Amino acid sequence: MTIAPIDLLSEWILRQAGDKGAWFMSQLHSMSKGASEQELHIFMGLIPRMLGKQDLVLTPADCQQAEQVCTGWRPQGWSMDGGARVAALVAYQGTRPFAETFKDLRRTADAGEMIALYRGLSLYPEPESLAFEVGEGLRSNMRAVFEAIAHNNPYPRDRFDEHRWNHMVLKALFVGSRLSPIMGIDERANPELARILLDYAHERWAAGRAVSPELWRCVGPFIDSLGALDDMQRVLAGTEVERRAAVLALSASSSAQARSLLDTSPEAARLVGEGRVDWNNLLQGEAA
Amino acid sequence: MYIDPHAHMISRTTDDYEAMAAAGIVALIEPAFWVGQPRTFVGTYVDYLSSIVGWERFRAGQFGIRHYCTVGLNSKEANNEELAEGVMEWLPRFALKEGVVAIGEIGYDEQTELEDKYFRAQLALARDLQLPVMVHTPHRDKKRGTSRSMDVCEEMGIDPSWVVIDHNNEETVAETLDRGYWAGFSIYPSTKMGNARMVELLKQYGGDRIIVDSACDWGISDCLGVAKTAQLARQHGIDEDIIHKVTYANALEVYGKSGQIRDSDWLDPPGIDQRTLFEGNSILRGGREPRIETLGAQSGDSLLIE
Repeated sequence: MTIAPIDLLSEWILRQAGDKGAWFMSQLHSMSKGASEQELHIFMGLIPRMLGKQDLVLTPADCQQAEQVCTGWRPQGWSMDGGARVAALVAYQGTRPFAETFKDLRRTADAGEMIALYRGLSLYPEPESLAFEVGEGLRSNMRAVFEAIAHNNPYPRDRFDEHRWNHMVLKALFVGSRLSPIMGIDERANPELARILLDYAHERWAAGRAVSPELWRCVGPFIDSLGALDDMQRVLAGTEVERRAAVLALSASSSAQARSLLDTSPEAARLVGEGRVDWNNLLQGEAA
Repeated sequence: MYIDPHAHMISRTTDDYEAMAAAGIVALIEPAFWVGQPRTFVGTYVDYLSSIVGWERFRAGQFGIRHYCTVGLNSKEANNEELAEGVMEWLPRFALKEGVVAIGEIGYDEQTELEDKYFRAQLALARDLQLPVMVHTPHRDKKRGTSRSMDVCEEMGIDPSWVVIDHNNEETVAETLDRGYWAGFSIYPSTKMGNARMVELLKQYGGDRIIVDSACDWGISDCLGVAKTAQLARQHGIDEDIIHKVTYANALEVYGKSGQIRDSDWLDPPGIDQRTLFEGNSILRGGREPRIETLGAQSGDSLLIE
């Protein structure tokens, strides 16, 4: 028998639900058997009251299984109520198109619900119909709602066109969020994004402000075509983290000029070369 | 630590949030209300309710303040029947949102028939959903309106210990307490209650079932009403236990009946909230001293709200 995402979610929730598990499973069952949207709304509302908001306790094996049943699904950091709400929505068999059901939930959602709704994007039916809804979430001023879409979520990588992708990455930097949890950040690098980010860096520098060292990750492959070697020289002369970021970015270029710039920072180049510094641990102080 | 159980933060600035956090406010309750002009579409009312359950809660969390709300159709807008009918259809959905601690603020403004109709309908909703009620008492014909509000609560089968009668004054407090309700006092300049008067009431009535709030909104009002009143009471020798009850514990007890507000929300927030929605409280982490203490030490007068 094939395991579906809902099976995994149910299993994880039941482990922690104690005597509320039976309530959850019977509600979930009725969601798949013609429950009305009003019943769905009430179920969603009761979930944190009944199950609580503690973190889902997941083992590495759970996360591997998640990846197997749905490529790119990363449930790490999900909560009981969030996971249960996603399960409710996945189980729900409504009469209207899914995006309309989703829209009504989103319009009246509290912040916790909004985060859960968006974290589950890759698990829902008719994912391509949610483009407008996802746009609304990306425009949110609640950083956690934005990050529910942008971080640890395969939906942007798999579904966004280049324009939306580029603006999501730019907004992540703009609101002080991280790039490394964005899935597909390297494979979806493109010259237009690199140009936008380089402009953004210039704008920040002109105002006497710093830019996140992560920015250079998306610029690296296009350093030569953008003529950004001078910029990289400036970044190399910055803080230790900036120097490492510049080295990582320059390593993505194959030009002789880039390589000779790398030679000016042999220590950082060595750490990168040995794999001790990479984009994912750059800001975590994990490197030697 | 204080709770301001009546604050319309949608009308306030970030400076206010900073000042409240610095003054020791750890949590506040934002009742759904009249925003200064009538809404003319059901949709704008729906988006307003959505703002106070979502966006405003997030905004408060950035300042280390836990935000809760009450949802309801206020008495003024109950007079627009078309709007009122529409809002009543949406209310049950909002009543179950996270952090909704009561149905409110509901009650009378001009004591019209439509106000009465929707007051009763919302009391029935609170009863069915087992939620506390926050009652707004009218500015005009106040004494009679307050008595009538309590009469109707009882007619609708609501337990008085689940109801906060708000905006009390010297004329209404005795009946409110005698009948078993919680008595809210809004420390609001000019129109409602001053805090020197409040201190006199605390001397007379003690702290049982009395709740102090600021009711700060879009008018000339003071978001530090609760903290300033606590400090003024302290200067006048009111017992710390009474101050604690009226500025923190009583609100927590009555609105806690909803199951949606508990002190662990700010003392020991869940991991998911710390990662996403709540920046934590610098005061609880032993950071800054509450700013109101120094304000009071400099000049007793600056604490006064008249």
